[in-house]
Amino acid sequence: MNPFIVCEHVDFGYEDQDAVIDLSLEINPGDYLCIVGANGSGKSTLIKGFLGLLKPTAGRLTVSEELRRGGIGYLPQQTAAQKDFPATVYEVVISGTLNRRRNRPFYSHTEKNMANKSMERLGITGLKKRCYRELSGGQQQRVLIARALCATKQMLILDEPITGLDPSAIQDFYSLIRELNQKDQMTIVMVSHDVRNIVSQANKILHMQQRALFYGRAADYAGSLAGRKFMLTVHGAGKTE
Amino acid sequence: MVNMVGEMLSYPFLVRALIGGMMVSLCAALLGVSLVLKRYSMIGDGLSHVSFGALSVAVATGWSPLAVSVPVVALAAFFLLRITENSKVKGDAAIAMISACALAFGIVVTSLTTGMSTDVSSYMFGSILAMSRGDVILSCALSALVLCLFVFCYNKIFAVTFDESFAKASGVSVKFYNILIAVLTAVTIVLGMRMMGAMLISSLIIFPSLTAMRVWKSFRGVAICSGVLSVLCFFLGMVLSYGLSIPAGASIVLVNMAAFLLFSAVSRGLVFVNR
Repeated sequence: MNPFIVCEHVDFGYEDQDAVIDLSLEINPGDYLCIVGANGSGKSTLIKGFLGLLKPTAGRLTVSEELRRGGIGYLPQQTAAQKDFPATVYEVVISGTLNRRRNRPFYSHTEKNMANKSMERLGITGLKKRCYRELSGGQQQRVLIARALCATKQMLILDEPITGLDPSAIQDFYSLIRELNQKDQMTIVMVSHDVRNIVSQANKILHMQQRALFYGRAADYAGSLAGRKFMLTVHGAGKTE
Repeated sequence: MVNMVGEMLSYPFLVRALIGGMMVSLCAALLGVSLVLKRYSMIGDGLSHVSFGALSVAVATGWSPLAVSVPVVALAAFFLLRITENSKVKGDAAIAMISACALAFGIVVTSLTTGMSTDVSSYMFGSILAMSRGDVILSCALSALVLCLFVFCYNKIFAVTFDESFAKASGVSVKFYNILIAVLTAVTIVLGMRMMGAMLISSLIIFPSLTAMRVWKSFRGVAICSGVLSVLCFFLGMVLSYGLSIPAGASIVLVNMAAFLLFSAVSRGLVFVNR
């Protein structure tokens, strides 16, 4: 199968600032790619590029026809305003089908079915009529994943998904994502700070600092120079806190 | 009460005020749902002060008040939105600054030219005499537009309000909807502020949705409830203002306040019953 996304020496920038420099990578169907790096290292910018919200300033970023047709499920960082938003779980989930419908004003049967299936897949059908703001962090996360699944059958992009989850919810979340990756053949691209867990979850790792410091198999990352340094700083910082 | 309403309807200027005001409150409430949830409530307040500044200039120069203030306030809406989106500037502080400046500018212009006439004071605190025939027609057109927007673009408005990043990734033009909502808010404020007063108009935007959010748990419920509630509160406020001979703007705000307290009590009660 063709790769979903190919970057060849891609640069991204805002005004006079380079956010991503000379990045080359390939995302193949079935990949579980994790993007790590310090704040401001260009991770979110790269994701915007994948989603087609930013154009590269140099190089070439190719998104396969297949991926473009099937759509990408995106899970953005949660905002403070969302935490107490008055919306039912169903309303949130079905808004994921929005990319399929350009200018029709109302949802059709197909979309309602998709939303129901997606909720079933994540085991939140029982929460359908509940209010989003009354759910726990882990449940809210599941709702947002269900919404993202409405938008795609092939690729999820998650931006710092575990922020604000408690430890048991984090483990739940990782096993859910692994299941989606292995059982449902979902391609996963995740931005995260949680390096320790990531190494055991993902199969590919991209460590960014504007440029790619490391790009390769997750198993090799722990042994690499970039990986050792990063894990040391992240965990060191964690201990002093 | 029925007699009093019948008596009110015999005055043409009161009928105009009722129709125009109900249309404006409906628009304000619907737009308010999106603004409040996106943490843009301050924009409504800022716009009303800018609108005051623009109106004072219009009065001083003798131009038509609507022709001057609608474009100015729409521009200000656009600008305030940019400020709020740009995280480099502290949005709320900038809005507070701009609204104070606009107010001060309006007062200076007025006192240098006409002096603080009744016109200007009625802009500050509202007057039910303000609704002209043209205003009523314009507010009906505006509310038709806002209603259409909420019926036909409801799903997109939900997506943009709940999660801009996701909406953007789904191919919804977030910028377009933000600007549309800001400009419609600007027009709503200009139309409503001469009746409600610059100091009080932002309550029409903020109160109904906050009140609806006490009890309703779905976006649809909140939107519908706040629209209905706003029209109802406006009407009751007008009747109260007529019966007690108090300024309409203030009495409408107090009725809204009472509704908010009532709904809060109901939501407390619901929690208690569910336990």
